[in-house]
Amino acid sequence: MNVGLEHYLVVSALLFALGLLGVITRRNLLVVYMSLELMLNSANLALVSFSRFNDNLNGQVMVFFIITVAAAEVAVGLALIVALYRKRQSAHVEDLTSMKL
Amino acid sequence: MEEILFYIFAFLTLIFGALVVANPFSRNPVTSAMFLVLTIISMAGLFVLLHAFFLAAVQVLVYAGAVMVLFLFVIMLLDLKEEERRKVKKLSLVAGLISIGAIVGIFVKSLLATQPVKDLPAPMHDGATIPLGKLLFTNYLLPFEIVSLLLLVAMVGVILLSKKDLK
Amino acid sequence: MKLEALPWLVLFLPLLAAGIITLFTLRNKTVSATLSIGAIVTGFVLTLAVIKFGGWEARELSVNWLSIGGLNVDFGLKLDALSLMMLLIVTGVGSAIHIYSYGYMREDPGFSRFFACMSLFTFSMLGIVLSNNFLQMFIFWELVGVSSYLLIGFWFEKPSAADAAKKAFITNRLGDFGFMLGILTIFAIVGSLNFGTIQELLKVNPALFGASATLAGLLIFCGAMGKSAQFPLHVWLPDAMEGPTPVSALIHAATMVAAGVYMLCRAFFIFSPDALTAIAWIGGFTALLAALIAVQQNDIKRILAYSTLSQLGYMVMAVGLTGPTPAMFHLTTHAFFKALLFLGAGSVIHAMHHEQDIWKMGALRKKMPVTFWTFLVGTLALCGVPPFSGFYSKDAILAQALHAHNYPLFAVAVFVAVLTTFYMFRLFFVALVGEPRTKEAEHAHESPGVMIWPLRILALLSVIAGVMGINKIFDLYSSRVLPPFTYEIPVGEFSGAVKYVGRLLEPFQHAPVAAFGGLIAVVIGFLAAKVLYGKAKTDPLPAKLGALSRAMANRFYFDEIYEATVIRIHDTIAAISDWIDRWIVEGFCIGLVRGGTDLTGRALRLVQTGNLQTYAFLFVLGVAVVLWFVLGK
Repeated sequence: MNVGLEHYLVVSALLFALGLLGVITRRNLLVVYMSLELMLNSANLALVSFSRFNDNLNGQVMVFFIITVAAAEVAVGLALIVALYRKRQSAHVEDLTSMKL
Repeated sequence: MEEILFYIFAFLTLIFGALVVANPFSRNPVTSAMFLVLTIISMAGLFVLLHAFFLAAVQVLVYAGAVMVLFLFVIMLLDLKEEERRKVKKLSLVAGLISIGAIVGIFVKSLLATQPVKDLPAPMHDGATIPLGKLLFTNYLLPFEIVSLLLLVAMVGVILLSKKDLK
Repeated sequence: MKLEALPWLVLFLPLLAAGIITLFTLRNKTVSATLSIGAIVTGFVLTLAVIKFGGWEARELSVNWLSIGGLNVDFGLKLDALSLMMLLIVTGVGSAIHIYSYGYMREDPGFSRFFACMSLFTFSMLGIVLSNNFLQMFIFWELVGVSSYLLIGFWFEKPSAADAAKKAFITNRLGDFGFMLGILTIFAIVGSLNFGTIQELLKVNPALFGASATLAGLLIFCGAMGKSAQFPLHVWLPDAMEGPTPVSALIHAATMVAAGVYMLCRAFFIFSPDALTAIAWIGGFTALLAALIAVQQNDIKRILAYSTLSQLGYMVMAVGLTGPTPAMFHLTTHAFFKALLFLGAGSVIHAMHHEQDIWKMGALRKKMPVTFWTFLVGTLALCGVPPFSGFYSKDAILAQALHAHNYPLFAVAVFVAVLTTFYMFRLFFVALVGEPRTKEAEHAHESPGVMIWPLRILALLSVIAGVMGINKIFDLYSSRVLPPFTYEIPVGEFSGAVKYVGRLLEPFQHAPVAAFGGLIAVVIGFLAAKVLYGKAKTDPLPAKLGALSRAMANRFYFDEIYEATVIRIHDTIAAISDWIDRWIVEGFCIGLVRGGTDLTGRALRLVQTGNLQTYAFLFVLGVAVVLWFVLGK
């Protein structure tokens, strides 16, 4: 049985779902952040497989950019978490509800 | 051969991914981070199977190397004790499952609706680094430069954010 | 300069003066007064020039002003015998009053403001006079209302003055509302508001208005009823005495109250016979009512105010008896002698340090000779003693009543003439002759020259206005608005030097019954006043008339009746509206909306948990929905 595009996409979708589950259920901000990375990676996987099966390199270029942006995003996000932690002494999602009206 | 490798890597990716999100043995963020590294590495294997060698290398170098080191660094810096085992709230679990169901349901539905690609075309860009590089420095030159600027901005921002007194 | 520009100048100079005074020269009394007086005197001179070079022929100067759908409104000036003569009166008498004010108001802190208001008032009045269509007239009509409000309430720190101003304004608004409805009726039927156009259309088709002719006429008359203070809207005029005396003179003599009569004459062609009958009776009734009230008033200005009311009743009655000429003739002479009387009264009040009770005056002949004699001239003119002007104009009205074969109204008019003479000589005997009753009366002194000269000029006019042929000029207008078969060509003119003598005697030749009726009325009134008040120290009438006298003194309780009916009803309606507004509109309707919004807001607020993951969850659901639609259902 040949491995087709669908297989990769299913893996990508499942990985995305796992990341989503983490984002919604986990309470630790850092773990939430990691789950977010998982979701990004699942998107990368989908893009690379599309690129492969469509005989087109644009998808890979896209992934390259995503990785770069993700690196920047992780840096800024982690800096924010550190700053937040300094102020609140917590990296716990439920403790950070100052947006509540 | 490729098929077997695919299944192995796919299986590893998903297992490690699941362990990142929900590790039944440890709630320590460090464990999650380590499993994330493993996930990324097995995904790099999938990239190799897809003939995206350059990206596989970048994935390992940037993600597993740089980004995850950053994560670990922060975890250490914050000195997060092993998270006391707060119960995962039922409500949030239900919410998570609902959202997963919704998203995956839609994915599957649209997957089923498409025609499966039967023939895998011959890998045209073997060792895709050179064409990728050409593409990056010709067609995608402007985004490339912008992204480099973005990195600079992110760096400045991070330095500003991590100063003691945010004014 | 072209001749066409002159009337525009006449109209807008006072506005310009008012604007400059308000904006720039409020601090400088002399400049303000000079501007205001200059504007109106220039207006007078320019009017003379217009008549000299342009004659009395009817003509219109207009620019298109509004063009909305079928409505075309010009901003135009209508110049004909009626408006030009009226223009002369307004600017002429107005000039005298303006000059007089310079002396009278000298000490007042609001001197400049006073002249600004006076100029605005003059502008509004000139606007009414010159309007060539109903809409424009209505606008100026309202402007007169506003500026009269400013003038009557000039001493606004006095609550009574502020109340009087409000009363005048609101009462006028009542009439104006009818006026507006009338204008709308006319527009709905005719489709044009231009006087000339309407008249032409009516000439072609006399039944143009059909069944609503009387209604339209009466609605238009409502406007005159308010401005010319006819029963039942007469209550504002006596209270308007709260304003400074020159204002009273201006309002009573040449301007505001004259506007109603002027408008009736201007729109004369609109009134149906039924409407005219109603107008005549209302005028006659007002004349009688006001004369009766005047008999028992003690405030010098109030007596004159009720006298004005009564004379206005005469004029309105004359219009109702299909006689615009007598009405306008009487308006003219009345403008002269009533301005004279008011300014004379002002001079007396000025000398008495703002004492207005006639029983506290007396024996002013030696101390204030000019005021005394001019006041006497005014009294004689008002009573209608030949050869003073009042005799001729009043006679014209009496003759008109006879000519219209309306004998009841003729009787009323003669009786009012008796009363007029009676109350005027009562005032004269009590306030000006006899012995001084208070210290102020003993130490009274003549007013300064700037106040005296207008008196002299007006006195001269009051004497000769009757024989100057003013009625001939108004005849030029009347002959155009009256249907030819009802219009009687006046008796032939004499020529040369005999002309004036002929005019002197004309009434006796023209309508002897009316003339002698008027004369007899004067004699009876004078004798009654002489007997009762010649030597009186207090008023003998209350003892003789009892309750009737009290009713007269209390103005037949009109204010009280209105208080008990109109105002009570109004207050009740207001209370009900207030209740509805408070509980139904605000409590229920607004409360429901407000409460609903509030509750929804509170409910929606709960969604904002501040929990990141709740937001993430909702966000994912949203994405799912969007994908559902994007990827096909």
